[in-house]
Amino acid sequence: MTALNHLTIAEALDGLAAKDFTAVELVTAHVEAMEKARPLNAFITETPDRALEQAKASDARRARGEARPLDGIPLAIKDLFCTEGVLTTAASHILDGFVPRYESTVSANLWRDGAVMLGKANLDEFAMGSANITSYYGPVRNPWTRTDDAEAQLVPGGSSGGSATAVAARLALGATGTDTGGSIRQPASFTGIVGMKPTYGRCSRWGIVAFASSLDQAGPMTRTVRDAALMLTSMAGFDPKDSTSIDRPVPDFAAALTGDVKGLKIGIPREYRVDGMPQAIEDLWAQGRAWLEAAGAQVVDITLPHTQYALPAYYIVAPAEASSNLARYDGVRYGLRVPGNSLIEMYENTRGQGFGQEVKRRVMIGTYVLSAGYYDAYYLKAQKVRQLIRDDFETAFGACDVILTPTAPSGAFALGEKQDDPVAMYLNDVFTVPANLAGLPGISVPTGLDGQGLPLGLQLIGRAFDEETIFRAAGVLEDAAGFTATPSLMV
Amino acid sequence: MSLDEATVARIAHLARIKLDPKDAPALAGELSRILSFVEQLDAVDTGAVEPMTSPSPQALRWRADQVSDGKIQDKVLANAPDRVDGFFAVPKVVE
Repeated sequence: MTALNHLTIAEALDGLAAKDFTAVELVTAHVEAMEKARPLNAFITETPDRALEQAKASDARRARGEARPLDGIPLAIKDLFCTEGVLTTAASHILDGFVPRYESTVSANLWRDGAVMLGKANLDEFAMGSANITSYYGPVRNPWTRTDDAEAQLVPGGSSGGSATAVAARLALGATGTDTGGSIRQPASFTGIVGMKPTYGRCSRWGIVAFASSLDQAGPMTRTVRDAALMLTSMAGFDPKDSTSIDRPVPDFAAALTGDVKGLKIGIPREYRVDGMPQAIEDLWAQGRAWLEAAGAQVVDITLPHTQYALPAYYIVAPAEASSNLARYDGVRYGLRVPGNSLIEMYENTRGQGFGQEVKRRVMIGTYVLSAGYYDAYYLKAQKVRQLIRDDFETAFGACDVILTPTAPSGAFALGEKQDDPVAMYLNDVFTVPANLAGLPGISVPTGLDGQGLPLGLQLIGRAFDEETIFRAAGVLEDAAGFTATPSLMV
Repeated sequence: MSLDEATVARIAHLARIKLDPKDAPALAGELSRILSFVEQLDAVDTGAVEPMTSPSPQALRWRADQVSDGKIQDKVLANAPDRVDGFFAVPKVVE
């Protein structure tokens, strides 16, 4: 029999229903895997006792015939989701010792549906980063290694790097992530898993530590498209506590996986080619088009003319919102306080010591672009460009149903690379940021390996609230790719 | 835009972040590099375009003007670094 931590969520649910194993056995296998994999640094806080309690309760429910949709499924929760009674850090020194007295809506929805929490996954500090190297709790290691240099420690992407590594290394059946500019999809691509960012408004942001409120969106990270659909069905839903949550029914996303894409129009944007992009990514993209065509879809060339301006617009809008959101960390209500002789000095000392370098850079950029005399030139300009980017998609979706692109311009890189220049790191998100600016859903599906044996993903972007079409096309892509490679540091 | 160290110090103060003076030159370089990168937007004609503030298709909802929680003082104060008599405590602000 397959090791319990190597099952998919769908297989585990079948096995639990058939009484092949119990939730306690399933969760125990994951707790052991999590302990063995500590050198990967995927978790900031492990919660094995709580996991086993939840597993016992799950088995009891199942025995009573009251099993829920995700009953007994062990998950990692990105440590950006507030969890009642469990340390929540956002991977920042400034949230030292913060134990929320409330539960985020998304995690509460997962517990309502029977899921089990293994622990809080590592991430970039305040979700700001693309390599999971800005965490106060140290970098996360990607379980994949290069075929020609197994010693090189590779990054898992970011910011949901701990979630990605936990799922790829078989420490959790699935994980929650959040995606502000690619933080679910890019690490999914780097670690060979599926990562889905739903439409803005689909999942409640309530109880998630805010980075950039008009861009942040929670989503699932799993090993299959079906598992992502199952998890999102539980995570999503209207929440009056989030003013941008959308009041519309949550479909059964897994039911969308019909395998039928006949007549579906797949748009290929000509602007999604960047200088220096590896040939393996070009080839995989062409292969993705061919797979979908072979399944009966129709490929059409489209144009998204403002693509090159998405990243610069993002690096104004996101830091501006972050500088405002992070104003709350002042040493008064929670977390770290570094004393000072006056209130202002206390604020400055606390924030000076509490924030890491990347967070400081972004808060300061945000402060600058919102400051008197610069607001129109930077912030207002970026908001206008954002509208143009949204208009580009609007026009493109007149000619196609879903858009196919590479997820990231490279595979995983080594710790230490791209760290001298913040802008070089920002370029990781060149293909993922536009969907955030426009509020559209996107998914990364693992579809191949590069020359060094590292996974690469393809991205599908869809119309707002049309996750079902994305899942349908992603399922076909997944079947055609038959991606079965596994990371060398898998437990 | 190239930021000098004095401007960086001013931004740091606006952001209430204590800056170690020896970090200022490197930070000035990094922030200038980011600003040069985002200034690509100057090339875009945005004449008649309305600024986009949110991808949400709806206007902000109103809720009933009623108290929805309360009597949770202990919870509110539970994570405070310092508290006195049911209040958050901070360094003295009035002499």
